[in-house]
Amino acid sequence: MTATTTTTPVATRQMCTFWVDGLFLGISVEHVQEVLRYQQLTVVPRAPAAVLGLINLRGQIVTALDLRCRLGLPPRAGEDLPMNVIVRSRGEVVSLLVDDIGDVIDTDDHLLQPTPANLPPGVQDVVTGVLPLAGSILLVVDADRAVDVSSHLTTGGTPS
Amino acid sequence: MDDDAEIVAEFLVESHENLDQLDRDLVALEQEPGSRELLSSIFRTIHTIKGTSGFLALGRLEALTHAGENLLSRLRDRKMDLTTEVTEVLLRTVDTVRALLEVIERSGTDQDPTVDVQVVVAELERVLAGGSAPAPAPAPAPAPVPAPVAVEVVPEALELEPATSYAEPAGAAPTVEPAPAVPPAPAAAPAAAPAAAPAPAAVAEPLDPEADPAPRGVVDSSVRVDIELLDGLVQLVGELVLTRNQIMQRTDATTAAAGDAELVRAAQRLDLVASELQESVMRTRMQPIGQVWSKMPRIVRDLAHLLGREVALEMEGHDTELDRSLLEALRGPLTHLVRNALDHGLEPPEQRVALGKPAAGRLHLRAFHESGQVVVEISDDGRGIDPAVIGAAAVSRGVVTREQLARMEPRDVLHLIFRPGFSTAEQVTNVSGRGVGMDVVRTSIERIGGSVDMLSVVGSGTTCRVRIPLTLAIIPALVIGEADERYAIPQANLVELVRLEGQDLRDNVEVLAGAPVLRLRGRLLPLVSLAETLGRDGAGFGAGVRSATDPLTVVVVQSDDVRFGLCVQDVHDTQEIVVKPIGRQLKQLAMYAGATIMGDGRVALILDVGGIARERALTSVETVEPVARVDEADSRALLVLEISHGRRAALPLTAVSRLEEFDLDRVERSGAVEVVQYRDGILPLVRLAAAIGLPESPPPEEQLSVVVHEEEGRRVGIVIDRVLDVVEEHVVLTEVGRRPGVLGSAVVQDRVTDLVDLDAVVRPVLGSRELVGAR
Repeated sequence: MTATTTTTPVATRQMCTFWVDGLFLGISVEHVQEVLRYQQLTVVPRAPAAVLGLINLRGQIVTALDLRCRLGLPPRAGEDLPMNVIVRSRGEVVSLLVDDIGDVIDTDDHLLQPTPANLPPGVQDVVTGVLPLAGSILLVVDADRAVDVSSHLTTGGTPS
Repeated sequence: MDDDAEIVAEFLVESHENLDQLDRDLVALEQEPGSRELLSSIFRTIHTIKGTSGFLALGRLEALTHAGENLLSRLRDRKMDLTTEVTEVLLRTVDTVRALLEVIERSGTDQDPTVDVQVVVAELERVLAGGSAPAPAPAPAPAPVPAPVAVEVVPEALELEPATSYAEPAGAAPTVEPAPAVPPAPAAAPAAAPAAAPAPAAVAEPLDPEADPAPRGVVDSSVRVDIELLDGLVQLVGELVLTRNQIMQRTDATTAAAGDAELVRAAQRLDLVASELQESVMRTRMQPIGQVWSKMPRIVRDLAHLLGREVALEMEGHDTELDRSLLEALRGPLTHLVRNALDHGLEPPEQRVALGKPAAGRLHLRAFHESGQVVVEISDDGRGIDPAVIGAAAVSRGVVTREQLARMEPRDVLHLIFRPGFSTAEQVTNVSGRGVGMDVVRTSIERIGGSVDMLSVVGSGTTCRVRIPLTLAIIPALVIGEADERYAIPQANLVELVRLEGQDLRDNVEVLAGAPVLRLRGRLLPLVSLAETLGRDGAGFGAGVRSATDPLTVVVVQSDDVRFGLCVQDVHDTQEIVVKPIGRQLKQLAMYAGATIMGDGRVALILDVGGIARERALTSVETVEPVARVDEADSRALLVLEISHGRRAALPLTAVSRLEEFDLDRVERSGAVEVVQYRDGILPLVRLAAAIGLPESPPPEEQLSVVVHEEEGRRVGIVIDRVLDVVEEHVVLTEVGRRPGVLGSAVVQDRVTDLVDLDAVVRPVLGSRELVGAR
């Protein structure tokens, strides 16, 4: 039910922004619970490739998904530690691992435009539209689709 | 009567929950009219209410739900389409059920005339009969407004007779009116339908004072506590236990060295108190199963009466305690199973007598604790379940295809009764036999982490075995290490730990067709590498396991009736862990049961032993004792061998001491006998094919496969082509193929297999040695 809300060009919208492989992405703040620094991950062997592991969020166990993998982008360089964007989707809390965190911005006066058709399919799958801002283009991520890895069952495990 | 009141109270609580579910389902169904799943769910709910109302002699409720169920059954089987009209009738049914339940709550019976059942039943029947235009203007009320139903129905009644309607039933309640349902003012239900919003506030007022002074509250030494509060406590204790673990770890490591005796003492006290607190909190939620069983005699009596059975009910283990929420969840399925046993299991008295059984059938309920689980068995000595009948029915109902059936083991065929939409009752009775029963039972048991198993011997009875965990929240578990991560194995699945190194390892681990097995006290245990299961360092475990120089740590685990050895890297310790769910993204991974947080705050996965067994396609190794064993069937582990151009032979596994391969050039001769030098001695060889009258296969290229048999300190090597498998199954020996050296033939793994008369085969060789002759 929340999936449809981001597709409508609503006037008042605050976006929690972050960077993944140079892309400027945003999720509507109502989906974002909090933002955390890198947390120690427990690897889940045989999990879908996008699942980097589990984190302990104050006693709750949260699945951490690599947004790079989910978007079909190249993996993060070894020494860079990802940040956690904790989102709520369909009653579950999931962490999206991103490269860096940006500000929360108002996108009041911008209309959501369709995702350019030449973006890679992995990005198209997750991004519902783009907001061309003054200095950059913000890709609007659908939280529900971002945490859905069922179509990406490239189970290769995640060797530590 | 007191007993009854209690049953009714429980029924009400349960039904209200069910109705909430029903409301949600019906609304969802409108969005998604074709959903068979939703229809099945609605059907089950109504079915449950119907079943219970039957026992409680709530005739009107039963009549209503029966009619509703008929309609739902047609919908479910796609014999009818879900039109707006049908939905409306269904919603009306739900409303009326709810209204009846409220009446029952107030008065203890469903005979209150303010709720009109007849009209709704008639409506249901009309729709069922395919009637189209409803009778004169029953006001096609705003159909998709099912939300406020709870208030909607009662107001109708109140509105019509504002003064008397609630005062009367309250006063008249104790005197049970056996009067049949009196249809009230015919306008009642239809006319009131559009009046969806007649000031709910006004309604709430007269209802409340009535609900409050209900004659509840038995004054004794106990206090009623909201179950949510208890759940909250369990949660908190869970967190406390985790914190305790963290502190214990720190104090052990650092403070002890620093010599802070105070802190160490405080930590120990904390440990003690936390453990006791945890135990006490868990105990507050524990209730004896006798609570469920005390209701059984009545239920059984009524059912027996209804079905014309004679039943001798035996119950055992009243004191067996389990978590309250589990007990609640168990109640429905158990009743269902008892119902099934009476309806489908036990034969009518005449038939029993004709079969030479006592007229009264035996129904045995037994509960006991077993390795951290509660086991409840429901056994009858009835006709048993015939796999052939089940199989035929399953095929005709499209539950499985004929090909699938042909490949199934009899036990698996039996389990078909747990599939949705399966029922073998030839006629639909009021009691059971619409094909929802066992499916519901299994779903509800599995939801609480349990399992159901059916054992049956045709002609002598059926046992249904339900296993459920003692509690859900905190479980003891063994923590093991593998590749820098820790994993928890629930204690309930743990059998023992085995550590092997050096000679022991080489002596006791064998590799059969690439699969490693461990010889453990005369039994062969399949070995599974955890690393391999988790997809690390891939294959090579089977081949390398024996030559490995590192010791092998085997955690022997059991799930249901599959037992195997899990080879792990490290074993840490046992801990109480708090089971936490894992996300949707990981649900399809069968080998994890959940996750937990370790003392250091890191997450560890909980292994699902049953899931691993399925993942590694380990089938049942242990045979489960059937209830009433007709005779000691010849069930023993057999080593299946290939000899003589692909023919199969089997040896009892107990006769096998080792499996060896010898290079051909090691074979020497001593007189007429082939021998090899083996372990500082001489091992005489017997060619099995020749010994049992079969032609020899062409000689192998390099190596000779030999089964070493040992008795009274003497060994003999039996030469075979290769080892195929180890099986443990019921073997029915036939006379076919009986000849010197062969006891007869049997079907093992769907292939005809010669059972080797070991004695006859080895005697000529062992007998030729002086020492053994005198056996």
